[in-house]
Amino acid sequence: MIRIIRAEWRKLRRPTLFFGTLGAALFFTALVTSFIYLMIDSPEGNADRGQSVGREVLGLASGSVNGFASVGGLLGIIALCVFAAQTAQEYTYGTLRNLLVRQPGRMKLLIGKLIAMKIFALLLVLIAAAVSILNSYLLAGDARVSTELWFTSEGFRAIGETILNVTISVIYFGILGMVLGLLLRSPISAISIGVLWLLIIENLIGAVKPVTLDWMPGSQLQTIAQGGTPLLEYQHALILGTSYVIVGALLAGVLFSRRDVAN
Amino acid sequence: MHKLAISAQNLTKKYDTGFAVAEANFEVPMGTICGFVGPNGAGKTTTIRMLLGLISPSAGTAQILGESIDHPQRYLPKVGAMIEGPAFYPALSGEENLRVLATLGGFPIERVKELIDTVGLTGRGGSKYKTYSLGMKQRLGIAAALLPNPQLLILDEPTNGLDPEGIQEVRDLLKSLASKGTTVFVSSHLLSELELISEYIVMLRKGHVVFAGPMKDLLLKSLPVILVKTASASDLDKVVAIATSEGHHCIIRSEVAHIEAPAEWAGTLNKRAFDAGIILTQLAPQQPNLEETFFEMTGDQR
Repeated sequence: MIRIIRAEWRKLRRPTLFFGTLGAALFFTALVTSFIYLMIDSPEGNADRGQSVGREVLGLASGSVNGFASVGGLLGIIALCVFAAQTAQEYTYGTLRNLLVRQPGRMKLLIGKLIAMKIFALLLVLIAAAVSILNSYLLAGDARVSTELWFTSEGFRAIGETILNVTISVIYFGILGMVLGLLLRSPISAISIGVLWLLIIENLIGAVKPVTLDWMPGSQLQTIAQGGTPLLEYQHALILGTSYVIVGALLAGVLFSRRDVAN
Repeated sequence: MHKLAISAQNLTKKYDTGFAVAEANFEVPMGTICGFVGPNGAGKTTTIRMLLGLISPSAGTAQILGESIDHPQRYLPKVGAMIEGPAFYPALSGEENLRVLATLGGFPIERVKELIDTVGLTGRGGSKYKTYSLGMKQRLGIAAALLPNPQLLILDEPTNGLDPEGIQEVRDLLKSLASKGTTVFVSSHLLSELELISEYIVMLRKGHVVFAGPMKDLLLKSLPVILVKTASASDLDKVVAIATSEGHHCIIRSEVAHIEAPAEWAGTLNKRAFDAGIILTQLAPQQPNLEETFFEMTGDQR
């Protein structure tokens, strides 16, 4: 298993992929976090869908990671793209046959690849969290937000919990990307269908019939990253999101282990 | 030590469109170079994929190095393969691509540099794969197949895209590997190349094995031909008459009579022609080569 993880890591660490992905993650992290502080007094709101996050909320112990929790969904979509591309490209490049000749245990190969990608996602989350917290701290002064409670024991617990929630969410998004990559066997199809669904279709359906967001996969995973929202409970999102991921992973696992490798 | 590197029994792959491979039976002894030939679409790559555990047979089975293809993990660590051309990650260098496979297979990383030199990619190992020419890609594919220091090497069209010098190098490499005990199972459309290096041949046509055995046995299956030219074109008909009267099949192509007869019959023909006042300007017994035998057995047109 260690060999599979190390082999996959050789592909993930290539500079264009690693720094490109990190750059995108940090860009969105800095952007979303900055908006919260720079637009704190804006009548149009400073958070998702025109909502406002006030000084009182940002001054709580969990204030340091408020921005980071908001960016969790975007980090998840980045992870979905990376996981989908890394999986589907094995089919388009024809490299899967090389991998299977060297590691014929298909489930072992799949799990090893997934673990390597999870490590990649975890690194992404940790670096993004550090940048988000630092950015929030630097902008808090000008926005007249108190940071007194941020680095207390309660504050560190909130940081830990948020990082854990965002990590779960990002990994779940990634697994869905991997499932799409295995099902569609084309990076472009897997990424476009995944992103189209999460960013457009799910939101359109939700706008027409808001109750559907209680059951949509993207909505569950974003709620996990935020540790729950006023509209959707954390536990509900965690159970349902985990169920989606398990069903998808089982389906993809069975297909991957049984399907002929004919390209 | 197993005597057979590959043994297939009624190996079959059926798709909705029909049989890709139908009840294939063949054996490849250890330590030989075995050519795997057949027209496009004959089922060569499908057979190779079944042998490597990439696709599952619809019926039948096979053993590789004494292990059933149902358990590829038992024999693949001792097998090197290049299937349907080289396939690597374009954004990684040639060396890094090999390192991915060496890491995955648990082979020493030092072997990567050594193999880069062996296949003639010295100085280009650090370049990205996407910058490689077809010949260089092919060489990298062969290097990847050699990573495990294999007991059995399975190569699908390894000389595609190589220049004559490269083809010669691959031929020498395969011969050298076979001399050290590696069994080489190689498919190629360059039949003259296979004839030079193969001791065994497996011939497929429309999914069926039409011949499997030593190359010399295959070549003996085709009758030798005597090519005859006469000083006067009108005498060719007389030559045909002589050959036919002795029970030998004969046709005229481009003013040359092709008589299916053993080489020693050329002397008899020479005497009969002399007696009949025919002047022969060419009398050349020829043993059919692999290409001619291939076309004869597969029934395909040249």
